[in-house]
Amino acid sequence: MKKVRKLVMLLLVMAFTIVLGGCQDSKEQETESQKDSSSQTSEAGPTMGGSIVVGIPQDLEDSLDPHKSVAAGTKEVLFNIYEGLIKPDEQGNYKDAVAKSHSISEDGKVYTFTLREHVKFHDGTEVTAEDVKYSIERCAGINGDGTPLVAAFSNVEKVEIPDENTVEIYLNDADTEFLAYLIVAIIPEHCTDLDKNPVGTGPFKYVSRSPQENIVLEKFADYWDTENQAYLDKVTFKIVGDSNAVVTGLKAGSIDMYPRINATQLAQLEDEEDLQFYEGGMNLIQALYLNNAAEPFDDVRVRQALCYAVNRQEVLDIVADGRGTIIGSSMFPAFEKYYMPELSERYNQDIEKAKELLKEAGYPDGFEMTISVPNNYQQHIDTAQVLVEQLKQVGIKAEIQLIEWDSWLSDVYADRNYQSTVVGVDAAYLSGRALMERFASDAEKNFINYNNSEYDKLYEQVKKSTDEQEQIELYKKMETLLCDDAANVYIQDMACEVALRKNYGGYVFYPLYVQDMSKIYMISE
Amino acid sequence: MKYVIKKIGTLIITLLIVSFLSFLAFSIIPGDAARSKLGTEATEEQVRALQKELGLDKPVLVQYGIWLKNFVTGDMGESYSYSMPVSEMLKNKIPITIALTIMAFVIILLVSVPVGIFTAQHVGKKLDHIIMILNQVIMSVPGFFIGILITYIFGLILRWFTPGAYVSISENFWGFLRYLIAPAIAIALPRCAMGVKMLRNSVISQMEMDYVRTASARGNGKQRIMYRHVLKNAIIPVITFWGMTIADIVANSIIIEQVFTIPGMGSLLVTSISNRDYPVVQGIIVLVAALVVVINFVVDLLYGKIDPRISLR
Repeated sequence: MKKVRKLVMLLLVMAFTIVLGGCQDSKEQETESQKDSSSQTSEAGPTMGGSIVVGIPQDLEDSLDPHKSVAAGTKEVLFNIYEGLIKPDEQGNYKDAVAKSHSISEDGKVYTFTLREHVKFHDGTEVTAEDVKYSIERCAGINGDGTPLVAAFSNVEKVEIPDENTVEIYLNDADTEFLAYLIVAIIPEHCTDLDKNPVGTGPFKYVSRSPQENIVLEKFADYWDTENQAYLDKVTFKIVGDSNAVVTGLKAGSIDMYPRINATQLAQLEDEEDLQFYEGGMNLIQALYLNNAAEPFDDVRVRQALCYAVNRQEVLDIVADGRGTIIGSSMFPAFEKYYMPELSERYNQDIEKAKELLKEAGYPDGFEMTISVPNNYQQHIDTAQVLVEQLKQVGIKAEIQLIEWDSWLSDVYADRNYQSTVVGVDAAYLSGRALMERFASDAEKNFINYNNSEYDKLYEQVKKSTDEQEQIELYKKMETLLCDDAANVYIQDMACEVALRKNYGGYVFYPLYVQDMSKIYMISE
Repeated sequence: MKYVIKKIGTLIITLLIVSFLSFLAFSIIPGDAARSKLGTEATEEQVRALQKELGLDKPVLVQYGIWLKNFVTGDMGESYSYSMPVSEMLKNKIPITIALTIMAFVIILLVSVPVGIFTAQHVGKKLDHIIMILNQVIMSVPGFFIGILITYIFGLILRWFTPGAYVSISENFWGFLRYLIAPAIAIALPRCAMGVKMLRNSVISQMEMDYVRTASARGNGKQRIMYRHVLKNAIIPVITFWGMTIADIVANSIIIEQVFTIPGMGSLLVTSISNRDYPVVQGIIVLVAALVVVINFVVDLLYGKIDPRISLR
């Protein structure tokens, strides 16, 4: 009898603590000062050795073969295993990796690389010019069945080896931006099952994987860049699909690092003594993408009206506590040389103007529209919900339709059978083209059906141009056109918070979607 | 013997129907395995090439035929997402699911049988009332929520275990079992409550039967009547329930695995469905269906053992 009463009491107390705990999380918001002090402690000296467990939201489900992998989440892991002739650094520049130096011919058609000597693959063999030739030809589909594995390499005509330390890549059409694509991995010709056993030249080598569980990497002791050897001996990427499990894992200590904390998770973790947070940009262009060929978005006035109806700051405030950078075109701030901050001011919220434009376009009472959102991206769903409310102010009744990522890929992206969608678009390579080529009217990736002959002309010019300054100017014109035409309702480059346990340091942000684990170290106690 | 052959026939027909239905479902829902694997940067050319490589360009019936032919010869195909043989992937996941199921089931037995009998013997008393109210509460809370509560209370506050620190069976067998205790409890609790209720009602209704009075008139003690006569009859419907529970546990582990981040068959099934990785989905579905049929078979055999009047035909 007494026991039962005790049990009931215990249960009540438990329920109560949970309710209280919930209140506490939402109450505390002043963490700026905490953050500052935490970044100071990480200044302590790095040590060699140690291991880390990094949480990642999805498994590597496409392929471990670097030329066949496509998901950003896969590439960010493989970045540590594979390297190209060149590799990107934190500032968005290229430094030579497998190559020692490179030069581009005047006409932009021939790329010559001098190979670094004694670069070793993880299996101990040395990289030869033959391996490089094999890798490039494989991407271009020259030595396979003719289908390029990497679309941008369809421009490669042939690869030649004048001597054992030099490789020349010949292009069909002049292209001075092709260098950006040569971060593509150099792989050994003698390994045929890379999707099962990845072998690269990077600072970490592949040890094992277990589907749905983890991928384990180990420091590669023979890494060519002796000055930039990895600190950690072992890195485990642990797959944590559930967003609550990320929070409990970080709290309980089964995860040491999680690269993409969202606003909800951050609110639950902010007061953890043991964690530090780094803030950066996601390098994604989040927008309400509009199908420019579907009624009523085939009318530029309607698209502009949508832009005026939306209050971007409010989106940021509601969805991410004000974090993120408002953008006005298809370019994110980390691409400094191309980015035009002034475009973000272009469509400040103006309800009257929006209504006027709608009236001109023949929709004085607004209209109904559907926003398709992939159901696995909470930030996009949240954003869409705020947009629905904001569009009501000008009489537009928007309805959110949640779809699976796979349906999004086939229905929205490939078949372009949709009205509007909220997603983030990223750049796979460090070139303006990676973001801008999509909107050429005949581009296969032009899922919004943007069609502007002036834009097409500019893009042709960019491709022919061999002068970098001229290219930048042209890209800026293209960005402005996208903004003028209100091709999409551009919203933001989402903020990205990285959680790292306090006894680690050295996290660096890249303008690409990668995690450089070789820079992370344990702090000596 | 005839019965066994009949059961095997049922098993084969069930598996055929189930596997065909799941195949059909995949051809109806939108999305495409090749596009899923290639992502947003893919060209039409690449998508078509991969579709051809995976055999997705063929009609559904032909695809099913190929799958069936390979399955019969013991080849379950290769996962699209992981480039690994499905049989190998399942081999690693099955121990997790089986261990979780057995643990949950043992907990259900250990809790629901004594508590069920106890409450049936004390019908109408205060303690019975309290247990039944508590029972009702537990029964109505979904397993995943109990899972979250357990993680929070025992994992984060009391720190009895580390949430998310799953160790695989090959690394540390005892650590593996230890980590499964919490999720097993989360799965078991609502079903314990149901088991208690079923056993209690079943025992109570048996107690009113004439044979109990007869037994009592013949001078048998209360305990003897309970364990020798009543329980034998009362347990029959409960065994059916337990049989269903095992299938239920397997289904529930899909959700619980997400809560406790256990990389078992459930989470594999969920991701494989969203990746349109149908060799893996087919493998898991056929396996689970086979499991359910086999358990039913075992339950049927048990009936005959407990009550010889039930003959197997």
